[in-house]
Amino acid sequence: MNLFVVMKRTFDTEEKIVIDDGRVAEESAEFIINPYDEYAVEEAVQLKEQHGGEVTVVTIGDEEAEKELRTALAMGADKAVLINTEEDLEDGDAYTTAKALAEFFKDKEADLILAGNVAIDEGSGQVGPRLAEFLDIPAITTITNLEVDGSQVLIERDVEGDIEKIEATLPLLVTAQQGLNEPRYPSLPGIMKAKKKPLEELELDDLDLDGEEIEAKTKTVEVFLPPEKEAGRVLEGEIGAQVQELVSLLQKEAKVI
Amino acid sequence: MSKKVLVLGEINEGSLRNASFETIAAAKTIAENGEIVAILAGKAVRSLAQEMIHYGADRVVTVEHENLSHYTSDGYTQAITDVIEAEQPEGLVFAHTALGKELAPRLASKLETGLISDVTSIEKQGDDVQFTRPIYSGKAFEKKVITDGVIFATIRPNNIAPLEKDETRTGEVTSLDVEIKDLRTKIKELIRNTTDGVDLSEAKVIIAGGRGVKSEEGFEPLHELADVLGGAVGASRGACDAGYCDYALQIGQTGKVVTPDLYIACGISGAIQHLAGMSNSKTIVAINKDPEANIFNVADYGIVGDLFDVIPLLTQELKALKVGV
Repeated sequence: MNLFVVMKRTFDTEEKIVIDDGRVAEESAEFIINPYDEYAVEEAVQLKEQHGGEVTVVTIGDEEAEKELRTALAMGADKAVLINTEEDLEDGDAYTTAKALAEFFKDKEADLILAGNVAIDEGSGQVGPRLAEFLDIPAITTITNLEVDGSQVLIERDVEGDIEKIEATLPLLVTAQQGLNEPRYPSLPGIMKAKKKPLEELELDDLDLDGEEIEAKTKTVEVFLPPEKEAGRVLEGEIGAQVQELVSLLQKEAKVI
Repeated sequence: MSKKVLVLGEINEGSLRNASFETIAAAKTIAENGEIVAILAGKAVRSLAQEMIHYGADRVVTVEHENLSHYTSDGYTQAITDVIEAEQPEGLVFAHTALGKELAPRLASKLETGLISDVTSIEKQGDDVQFTRPIYSGKAFEKKVITDGVIFATIRPNNIAPLEKDETRTGEVTSLDVEIKDLRTKIKELIRNTTDGVDLSEAKVIIAGGRGVKSEEGFEPLHELADVLGGAVGASRGACDAGYCDYALQIGQTGKVVTPDLYIACGISGAIQHLAGMSNSKTIVAINKDPEANIFNVADYGIVGDLFDVIPLLTQELKALKVGV
């Protein structure tokens, strides 16, 4: 199978957010593979192990993303591609990303493209379905199970807690939901091998694109932190009395019941 | 300038979802006295049209087709594209539900437009419409505008209040014939997990359990409390990782981000990733044995105690009062 994973480098989930000069400060933050993309990498590697083929991981970003691409290679991906937009793009959005990826995928004859269902930083969840539309292939989002049999694909999709069982055919794009699999930790031999695996760096020029063509269609005008939540009241007394007080507070003070 | 705005009425088990009425309220801010047109897609949906009008839609366009009986992104993309072509709207608002999350980006690509996802509030700023949305799962927020083309947004359920229902409102209901070609994906089966029918994204009350719940059976008292309050049950990553419940219930930076009116955290310590998923709830109650638990720092009300003592008492007390939400 010709397998591709679209991934993103994101803040570690442990990170607190600091705003500096109207932007989220990145200087001291730790970065990881977006957790949902990690499920996508794992699934692709498992499919390769079952059915043979090749896994290519692709990301859009700057040189810093090489570290996360190497991690994916250490997990078992065969090739990595960095579409480096540092020189050509100020502020892209999901439209920009999907457009550039569509150009990249045009001649790749991918059987299956996997991605995370959402990135934990921007949280828009747009790139997967947008890319599928540009490539004119079906997209199935938030999947929790995937079985491939020839060109037939059986999928389970999480729909707000319910499960849809879906039949589809390749080529196809899917986005991973938590529960799809348990991503492996890269082994030491895996990490050693990853250093020698091919990592191709492309610029928009190599895709016959320029920054203007894929200019963002949205703009961020302000970034701010939510008001700090003050610690509330810890009730006191005997448990039964606390419960009665809580009910009364919820009715009369918070007015939520 | 007034704008024509399209909204999508989402149907679940034969009824319109509350989130659909919220899209009408959101559209009102964008439309500025322009017309709000609701789309209803499905197999037989005409009977639901009046309700969209009662909640503020000016007109309803129905698209009925055998291939729309279940949502598929292929079927709905074709149907909604046809409506958009016929109506030529200047704005589009969908709910940020499982359906909206999958369909809206596809349509945005097809229309070559921008899209602002998971919006929690909308305001007019001069000629601009500004959309506020959480980033980093609610650890921060951003305000965004569409710079080019149709204004397109998906709104997070439970954040923008629907307009008051007015049963005297009337409006035109028309149908549009659409051609839905072969669907490339086929739904074989739908397995319902939410026993009480209240899903997390729309729930007004969420009772969430953490590692302190200790087992799958330990969730039972939480379900009983949820039933009394008409709420849904959620969980922390710790509880999911321990196998006490399904990952579909997970709330946090990975998992669902929720903003109910009332969030009751039971045996949840309050890791930063969990707080990201729930700390914007309107009222938070924490029940935990450990008085030092981080969850108390975001809770409006806290009870230090064993959840297996507290929850049944709370359920009993609420049952006696017959309170509703």
